[in-house]
Amino acid sequence: MELGSRQVNAITVVAPKGRIDHAQAPLFQEAMKPHVAACTINGGPLLIDFSGVDYISSMGLRALMLIARSVTAQKGTVAIAALKPTVREVLEISRFHLVFKVYDTVDDGLIALGA
Amino acid sequence: MKVRFWGTRGSIPVSITAKDVRAKIGAALRVARDRAATGEFPGNDVEIERFIDDLGFSVSGTYGGHSSCVEIETGNEDAANEHLLCDMGSGVRAYGQRMMERYGPTRPQTYHVFMSHVHWDHIMGFPFFTPVYIPGNRIVIHGCHAELEFAFKRQQAAPSFPVDFSLLASNIEFDVIAPGETRSVAGITVRNLKQHHSGDSYGWRFERAGKSVVYSTDSEHRLENAEETQLFVDFFHNADLVIFDAMYSLADAVSVKADWGHSSNIFGVELCQMAGARRLCMFHHEPAYDDSRIDSVLAETRRFEEITREASALEVLSAWDGLEIVL
Ligand SMILES: [Zn+2]
Ligand SMILES: [Zn+2]
Repeated sequence: MELGSRQVNAITVVAPKGRIDHAQAPLFQEAMKPHVAACTINGGPLLIDFSGVDYISSMGLRALMLIARSVTAQKGTVAIAALKPTVREVLEISRFHLVFKVYDTVDDGLIALGA
Repeated sequence: MKVRFWGTRGSIPVSITAKDVRAKIGAALRVARDRAATGEFPGNDVEIERFIDDLGFSVSGTYGGHSSCVEIETGNEDAANEHLLCDMGSGVRAYGQRMMERYGPTRPQTYHVFMSHVHWDHIMGFPFFTPVYIPGNRIVIHGCHAELEFAFKRQQAAPSFPVDFSLLASNIEFDVIAPGETRSVAGITVRNLKQHHSGDSYGWRFERAGKSVVYSTDSEHRLENAEETQLFVDFFHNADLVIFDAMYSLADAVSVKADWGHSSNIFGVELCQMAGARRLCMFHHEPAYDDSRIDSVLAETRRFEEITREASALEVLSAWDGLEIVL
């Protein structure tokens, strides 16, 4: 999976695109690996820009959980921003909004993370 | 076929409390007060019944608190004295009473019980199932666990219960079925599937005359295991009804409650969609959830189904003690 990534001061913004379904979830997880590895207590925060994500399945959500776990273990900071309305609903129904900080827009996330 | 739920709560029976009843009465009266202001206050008994129906299930009813017990009414006239049941949680006591009212002590019946596993919440009703005390009744306990007989006998041994298993007057048989083996019981084809749970559990699929129901409780799904997922998709394939362990949220099921042996509403919907099942009935409710919480989980799960629907709609239900589903 292609992950567009950019740097805003210390913050890494990654932007997955399309559907994170059962087929794509492992690829999303793999593509996220270097960014997750860099998101430590000393590295900068990681902001996942969801504006290009149309759908996320349980497998995709599980991948998000693994990301949250790794980052927490490294004492890093990860957040999600700019979810499409139905994707946000799925996060709430699955209770993943309790796992991640979710910001309405990428800019909101950048400000909150101290850009 | 008809499916009737006698116990739908997970892990331990629960009861609504005086506080809960008071909250329901309060909620109903507040609705009545608002209606009275518009001149629509229910006057006669018919209007009162309609008013109750409009209140919503978490106010007018309750999901109930008995642990797992589900009756499958086969509709097979040739085996009218043979009854099918899944698990013997605390709900089986009321089922036994219903059967005693119907058949009395002089018309012997056969009860086929299919056990998901022998955790306590699934066997605890057995000593209170009156038909086991009546001579002439035949109770066949089917399951895939080698410890089936041991578990039932130990539960009733001193000092845990006053009546030892050996004193039960009915004919009780244990039928240990091999995992994956298909059986024909009372005209119904019965298949099983091994599930991921502490000490293993088994799902059961019942089919007759083109109708099928799957009972799959106390089952954790490891989402990363695609082969395992496919086994469940095949097992649920085109089922008219899937009774599914939706005890946790997905976030809990894959994190703090991973390896606790239960699944989520989200994965229940996804599996049923992949399998082309017609109805999903959420089951084994978390004991900490009250009626309004289960109601909102149901509403959210229906919304999730709607968001993710690709082919035909999947009907989503939440089981309650007393619910009947005609297939
Ligand atoms: Zn259980
Ligand atoms: Zn169990």
